[in-house]
Amino acid sequence: MSEVIKVGMADLKVCVSPDSITTLGLGSCVGIALRDPVTKIGGLAHIMLPDSTAIRNNSNIPKFADTGIEELVRQIVARGANRSRLVAKIAGGAQMFAFQTKSEMVRIGERNVEASKKKLKELGIRILAEDTGKDYGRTVIFYPETGDFVIKAVGRSQTVI
Amino acid sequence: MGNMNLEQMTHEYYDVLKELGNIGAGNATTALAQLLNCKVDMKVPQVRLMNFQEVGAMMGGEEQVMAGIFLSVEGDISGSMMFLLEKGAAAHLVSKLMGVEADADHFSEMEISALKEIGNIISGSYLNSLSAMTNLKIYPTVPDLCIDMAGAILSVPAIQFGIIGDKILLIQTQFTDEYELDGYFILLPDLESYEKILISLGLSV
Repeated sequence: MSEVIKVGMADLKVCVSPDSITTLGLGSCVGIALRDPVTKIGGLAHIMLPDSTAIRNNSNIPKFADTGIEELVRQIVARGANRSRLVAKIAGGAQMFAFQTKSEMVRIGERNVEASKKKLKELGIRILAEDTGKDYGRTVIFYPETGDFVIKAVGRSQTVI
Repeated sequence: MGNMNLEQMTHEYYDVLKELGNIGAGNATTALAQLLNCKVDMKVPQVRLMNFQEVGAMMGGEEQVMAGIFLSVEGDISGSMMFLLEKGAAAHLVSKLMGVEADADHFSEMEISALKEIGNIISGSYLNSLSAMTNLKIYPTVPDLCIDMAGAILSVPAIQFGIIGDKILLIQTQFTDEYELDGYFILLPDLESYEKILISLGLSV
């Protein structure tokens, strides 16, 4: 039987086919799915903030795009994936409320997406697909077997990227 | 930023915060009852310190569709406040207020506006009572509404807490009318505002 591994907010996990990995109700946070298509080892990170260096209290590695993605890569490689074969798909980074007055919260979803892309580029990991931004929450399921990233949202039909 | 640490809060602080939640939500519940012209009960508030991983699941699961009314708090303290209602309960409230049958999956613009107004009235009375008790100036901003998965809505306050720490502190009150409204008030003061609130109530921080 294959299992569905659950990733919470500010969390990351590794997953090997035939298991799949999910995170529920992504809002302004971003879900980054990585996969080695040959070994079919994958992983998912659910990050909340763009930049660990901008904050004093930054020991929580999976909370930030920069440290979270680095750690996910490290764990996937430790499980036996090939670093150079890794590819990524990302989702989330919505703006849930139309306005946010607090300066550090302005465009937080968009900034999470930008920071995730920047980190992936820096690590030389190609982004195959994305479903980001807009103003609604997303539940995602990633299948390391096929690389399918299934996205569900309220009142919208399910999509696969 | 203050030198207070959420994880070092004592029981005494918790009790004070719980009492704040009690009074604030008590007033808000009264406002709601007057608005709807019916009896509304509230449960004893809870003060909860949670890990981010637990936040989404705290009200019926991350994927539970809810109406979230969110506003910022300004003045002597800063922070934000959220009023969450299960989707069906939101439709029930709107139906009752406007005398029409609202469809929970397709709120009209007018109905959304009514929900925002409900949020405005309720959070206004919550904050007014807090302000009266602490003698602090507390002003709410115009509320904004979002109907989506609980996890996605709660990611917004969670991120705000994420900037200062690894836990989220909530003063949560559940209320019900004869129809089991199941709504939640969440007050999310910034860390330095906790200090101000506690000091204004005579506690040494």
